[in-house]
Amino acid sequence: MASTDLTKTAAADVPSSDDVAGLEAGLDALETYEKDRAPLWRTALGKIGPPILAIAFMLLVWQIAYWAEVKPRYALPSPADVWDAFMVQWQAGEVHQILWVSLERAFLGFLMAIAIGTPLGLLVARVRWVRAAIGPLLSGLQSLPSVAWVPPAVIWFGLNNSAIYAVVLLGAVPSIAQGIVSGVDQVPPLFIRAGRVLGATGLLGVWHVLLPASLPGYLAGLKQGWAFSWRSLMAAELIAASPDLGYGLGQLMNQGRDLGDMPMMLTAVFMILLVGIGIELLFFSPLEKLVLRQRGLLISK
Amino acid sequence: MSQTVHEQPLTAAAPAAGENGTAGTGAPAVRLSKVTKVFGRADGAPVLDNIDLTVAPGEFVCLLGASGCGKSTLLNLVAGLDKPSAGTIEVNGGRPALMFQEHALFPWLKAGKNVELALKLRGVPREQRREEAQKLLALVRLDTAYEKRVHELSGGMRQRVALARALAQSGEVLLMDEPFAALDAITRDVLHDELTRIWADTGRSVVFVTHNVREAVRLAQRVVLMSSRPGRIAREWTIDIPQPRRIESPDVSALSIEITEQLRGEIRRHGKH
Repeated sequence: MASTDLTKTAAADVPSSDDVAGLEAGLDALETYEKDRAPLWRTALGKIGPPILAIAFMLLVWQIAYWAEVKPRYALPSPADVWDAFMVQWQAGEVHQILWVSLERAFLGFLMAIAIGTPLGLLVARVRWVRAAIGPLLSGLQSLPSVAWVPPAVIWFGLNNSAIYAVVLLGAVPSIAQGIVSGVDQVPPLFIRAGRVLGATGLLGVWHVLLPASLPGYLAGLKQGWAFSWRSLMAAELIAASPDLGYGLGQLMNQGRDLGDMPMMLTAVFMILLVGIGIELLFFSPLEKLVLRQRGLLISK
Repeated sequence: MSQTVHEQPLTAAAPAAGENGTAGTGAPAVRLSKVTKVFGRADGAPVLDNIDLTVAPGEFVCLLGASGCGKSTLLNLVAGLDKPSAGTIEVNGGRPALMFQEHALFPWLKAGKNVELALKLRGVPREQRREEAQKLLALVRLDTAYEKRVHELSGGMRQRVALARALAQSGEVLLMDEPFAALDAITRDVLHDELTRIWADTGRSVVFVTHNVREAVRLAQRVVLMSSRPGRIAREWTIDIPQPRRIESPDVSALSIEITEQLRGEIRRHGKH
């Protein structure tokens, strides 16, 4: 080593461009991983198995309670009785109609809530005095049970669809607005700065950076907004039952109560539950997972 | 050290690299005149005090300094993310690009689309964007990464995509705010080689902020040492060790030791009160 001429090695050791490329390719290969995915059937089994077991267990408990006559039979029918009641309505073609009436209202109300809640949320998130003025109100409205709006809405709008939509909006808009506010609040300032450097300022910045960056929070808000729409709708349908209004799930429940028909009431309860779970499982859950996975925010085991 | 010239006049900067040999012929790439920055109250202590700095077209300048010397603030001012309290900043050749310590790539876009967004915001027509982005990715040797998600890339690959995105901007000036500080030593060395190559190929003017003396000497044609609180230009070195340099080479080491001594002296001053 003693004889090494330092001034010469400095130039001779300079890596050529090819060396660097090879080194870089090696580093890239070492630092990236190919994930292997479990086969589809196993994922499906892992996801569907447990809830099916849970449902089977609940049905069993229910059946035992029925056999033991914990409550009189008219108050606690067996699972089979409820199934029969459901099938009678199904065969009469009523189930689709009832579901359709309620779903149509829920979707329309939800879409209106999105149309109002999104710009409202953006305003609250981005304009300081708007946030100071109505931010707390928005959080407060979220904790107000929407059923409280039914009586005033009926008096303001009468027993009609307007009253129902008003209740749905009052229930869902605050959630959606709040969702986009927290989504925007969680956007790392670095993204905003990076966007400005690229020339995404003003509305371009909102469109190219702020909105996509706040999407996960916004989606969570939409999901909650949907749950609130659906709940508010059921509350409104249950209370504001009138022959002038279409016959939805809430009205089915109300009719069951009037007739003392427990299987009918339970049918309504299960359908309400089923729609809630179905929309979550078929729509929001996959959408949310897709967004999180794309951004590397979902750690798959 | 024959290759260092102390206190060299700012305008007589080293010749520019690559094909873009325009140093001294036209307007400077960046010119700061008496730039002062005060945060908060106007009579508060300045972060940057009366900075004069000129970067020639195609020049590679490293701003070196301890924490709190305002080097990142200076870069933000040049990038237009903030405004100086006093003085003027002139940037030629379009909106400067800025690379951060964190990659700042948008995770909702694929690697290639991140580059394309920069092209789109610059006004490149849609049908040319993909090809252009692919070329830029090839320039940082990530030809195959177009469809990759940001989280699928390693730290070094992310910074290379970020470099491709910065190069996608039309600006002639590339500002880099400690872009390799968070990388491991091996990756950092490789990226030094790559940056030197790309700088020579593209002829951009680079202002590179770092607190790593060896990195500064490895990369720059000119190293500007800043003092802290207030941030002022303390001293400059022009480096004419031929590129590509090795960070371990005796020339780089010798100059690094000299600059480090100066930097330590600057830091020691703050302990004496």
